[in-house]
Formats: sequence, structure tokens, C-alpha cells
Amino acid sequence: MSKMLNLNLKVWRQSGPDDSGHFEEYTTTVADDASFLEMLDYVNEQLIADNKEPIAFDHDCREGICGSCGLMINGQAHGPQKGTATCQLHMRKFEDGANIVIEPWRAAAFPIIKDLAVNRAAFDRIIESGGYITVNTGAAQDANEIPVPKDAADAAMDAAACIGCGACVAACPNSAGNLFTAAKIQHLNLLPQGQAERFQRTVTMVDTMEEFFGSCTNYGECQEACPKEISIDFIAMMNRDYVKSMLVNRRRLGERKIG
Amino acid sequence: MTQAMERQGADAPVVQPTHRSGRPWPVEFFSTAIGKKWVMAVTGLGLMGFVFAHMVGNLKMFLGPEEFDAYAEALKTLLYPIIPETGVLWIFRFGLIVMFGLHITSAYQLTRMNHRARPVKYQSPRDYIAANFAARTMRWTGIIVGLYLLFHLADMTWGLLDPEFVKGAAYNNLVTSLKRPPVAAIYIAANLALGIHLFHGGWSMFQSLGLNSPRYNNARKAFAAGFAIVVAGMNCFFPIAVLTGIVSN
Repeated sequence: MSKMLNLNLKVWRQSGPDDSGHFEEYTTTVADDASFLEMLDYVNEQLIADNKEPIAFDHDCREGICGSCGLMINGQAHGPQKGTATCQLHMRKFEDGANIVIEPWRAAAFPIIKDLAVNRAAFDRIIESGGYITVNTGAAQDANEIPVPKDAADAAMDAAACIGCGACVAACPNSAGNLFTAAKIQHLNLLPQGQAERFQRTVTMVDTMEEFFGSCTNYGECQEACPKEISIDFIAMMNRDYVKSMLVNRRRLGERKIG
Repeated sequence: MTQAMERQGADAPVVQPTHRSGRPWPVEFFSTAIGKKWVMAVTGLGLMGFVFAHMVGNLKMFLGPEEFDAYAEALKTLLYPIIPETGVLWIFRFGLIVMFGLHITSAYQLTRMNHRARPVKYQSPRDYIAANFAARTMRWTGIIVGLYLLFHLADMTWGLLDPEFVKGAAYNNLVTSLKRPPVAAIYIAANLALGIHLFHGGWSMFQSLGLNSPRYNNARKAFAAGFAIVVAGMNCFFPIAVLTGIVSN
């Protein structure tokens, strides 16, 4: 039997990228088995019925794998439950009569589009700069042709769990994108298929990241906020690959002048 | 399809291609945030070596004025006569100045970068989960330790603050300076800040250098805590020892 919860919401409203924005307060009553986004859907239905502008927020799969949703809930990225995206957060995590403050991700690299929706295209720029591997076209080779140690495969899968939601940047006091970038670099660098571009990838993706984001000061907030619980160990691996790239970058061989 | 998904309005900043050709690689490396963090870690490690050796050397004060002054004199004549008097000391001093310079420059530039990365702050209170007090106050404890360093040099090396200062009489200068309670209080407060700074820095440097392995990951925070407690604890004990008369002239 579900319980009904009366909630006091304080939601960030901003009509567009250039608007300065403000908090607006709403009250709503939802069942405790509703998800957080369903709760916002109820609020929006009421707003539409009242002929008001509904709250804009990003969402898609609502099962925690697409990386579209992401809200700052009571000062925590994706809210109070660890290892959970906003869509998988349920209202049973809140008390009856709770005050809930909802803000968008805040970072220079994530400009607000409207209300709670931000533009995370900076992540796409990082992926574009090095998130690929060299493979021959034609029929796929047999999977067992390339030996991959089980531990390396597991670690690569842990990194590849990143859904690119941006919670790491949102939670970081420096707006650093290191956890995202490290995960995207290391899930390739850990595998044999990623070795050809290993150091070039590290350099280009890190350099692109630094065009947009702050720097890592090892707070560890990102791994706490990450809905996929990606470890900051990957940031250390990225740092080491970046330093190595200064010394062993294979691109440098091509710079050698002959004669 | 793609066009329908394009978002109107807020565009992400355009990437400016970086022009790095021609610059020597150490300059190129230091121009990146990861490079600066690496430099911060390496210089931080060097400075940790210095504060540790400084603390161990100061333990001589418990052996009496002769031992302490002989130690101070020995620092000036290290490797003499192979190297001229105070030669090694000046090499150390030069190294320390370079390390402090790089450490502070990196910290300043990274802080500026981080402030630029979030021009509009969160408008509601943040709830930190992992970031502890030491990590969040690194900039402030760093500034306190930096200012204290100048005070310490003016007090014990240049003798500007102590009317009873006698150049070369290291033990005597130590006691006359630290027996003044306000000066002792400054030393204790600054060394608590140093301890807090070391508690985060002593762990953080492993991450910045990429020293990460399940084999020793658990030992990293223990090392930082132990190092901070030993160094800051002993450094705080020196002024207390003078105030309570354990060390006196």
C-alpha cells in the first residue's frame, strides 16, 4: 500500500540561456512509489492545467542507462541515494512534508538551455577528439582472436558503465570533467584494441577536456555522485597515461627530421 | 532526425584548437592542468621531505644548546671542504625557493581555472559527501603556511622580530622567541594549518602522479594521516616545550 507524500518544492526556473533565473515554490502530493521524474510530471500536469509554463527537464529512458536525466536535489547530484540516476530515485526516499530544492547542473561548460535542462555538448566534443579505435573494415574477426585478461576486461567494463550524465562535473566543486574523461579514455586504454591510439587519445581527450572544465583537486565528490559508481582510480590511470604520453608518444617518431 | 535533435539557443563553447607546436614539451606539459597537478605533487613531495628533515633536526633542541648549535653550524659546513662553506645550504635554499615558487604558481593558476569553470555558483546549499575539511580548505591552509613561512624566516633567520636575537646563536634565539606566548601561539596555529594541508596533500599527490594500485591504495591515506600527525604534532610540541620550560636557556 503506497503512502501519499505532501512535498514543498523549490525549483529553478529560467526561461532561456540569457535569463538570470530564479527559484519558484510549488506544493504537490504524490504516492511514495512514484519516481522523482514522475513527481515532476505531476507538477507539470498541474502547471499545464493552470495554463502555466511546465518545468523543462531532461529525461529519456527512465531506467538509468541513457544519461539524459540529472538534477541537483537538495545539494546532491542525482539526489540522496548512492549509485542512482535521478530517474531511478523514488519518492519513498523522502519524508512526508519534505522540502526539496531542485537546481540544474552548474558549470561554464554546461550552459542552461531552460529551467533544469543543460547543454552537455562539451562531453561530445571530448568523445569526438579521441573516443575511437582503429579496426579493419570487413567481417568481424573471431572474438577469441584477441586475448583479453579477465581483470582488464572487468576494469574496462567498469569504466564503460559511464552514461555521460554529467553528475561528476555537477558534484565537483571545481566543475572538473576528469571522471567522465578518465572513464572514456580508460575503457579503451585498458583493452588491447585501444593500444594503437592509447597515448594520442589520452592527449587529445585531456586537452579537449581542459578547454571546458576545471581541474581535479582529488575531493572524491564525483565518484560519490556517479550513478554508475565509477572510481577515481581511473583518474589516476589517466594522469599516469598523460605523463607517459609526454615521454613515449608514438606521434613524436613522425616528427623526426631526416637529413 | 539529427536536425530535430539539435537544440536551439544555448550552444556549448566552441573549442579553440590548441597551437602547441614549437614549444618545448616541459612548457607544454606545465600549460595543462594535469601537468600543473603533477608539478604540485612533485614539489609537494620535495617540500614534505624538507618539513620532515626540518622537524627531525629540531629534535636536537632536547639534547641541549651545544648539540643544537653544533647541528646549525654543521648545516653551514655540509660537504666542506669539497664544497665552499654554506654552498650546500644555498643549493638546498635555491631548491626550496624553486619548489615553493612552482607549487604556489600552479595552485594560483589552477584556482583561477576552477573559478572560471563555474561562473554561476549553486544557488542552494551544497551537500558534500566525500570532500573533507582538509580538502576544501587547501587554498586557505596553503596561504596560512606561506605567510607563516615568511614570519618564521623573519623571526629565526633574519632576526627582525626578536629584540634579543643574536646571529648564529640558534638555540638562544629559539628560546627567546618561543617563550613569548603570542609568538608560540602563531607557531602552533600555523603548524595545525600545515598538518591539515599535509593531510590532504599527502594523499592527493599519489592520485596526481597516477600512483594508484589496489596493492597500496589503502596505505595512501594512512601515510598522509601519519605524516601530518607526526610532523605537525612535533612542530606544535616545540613551542609548548619552550613555554613549559622543558627547553630553556
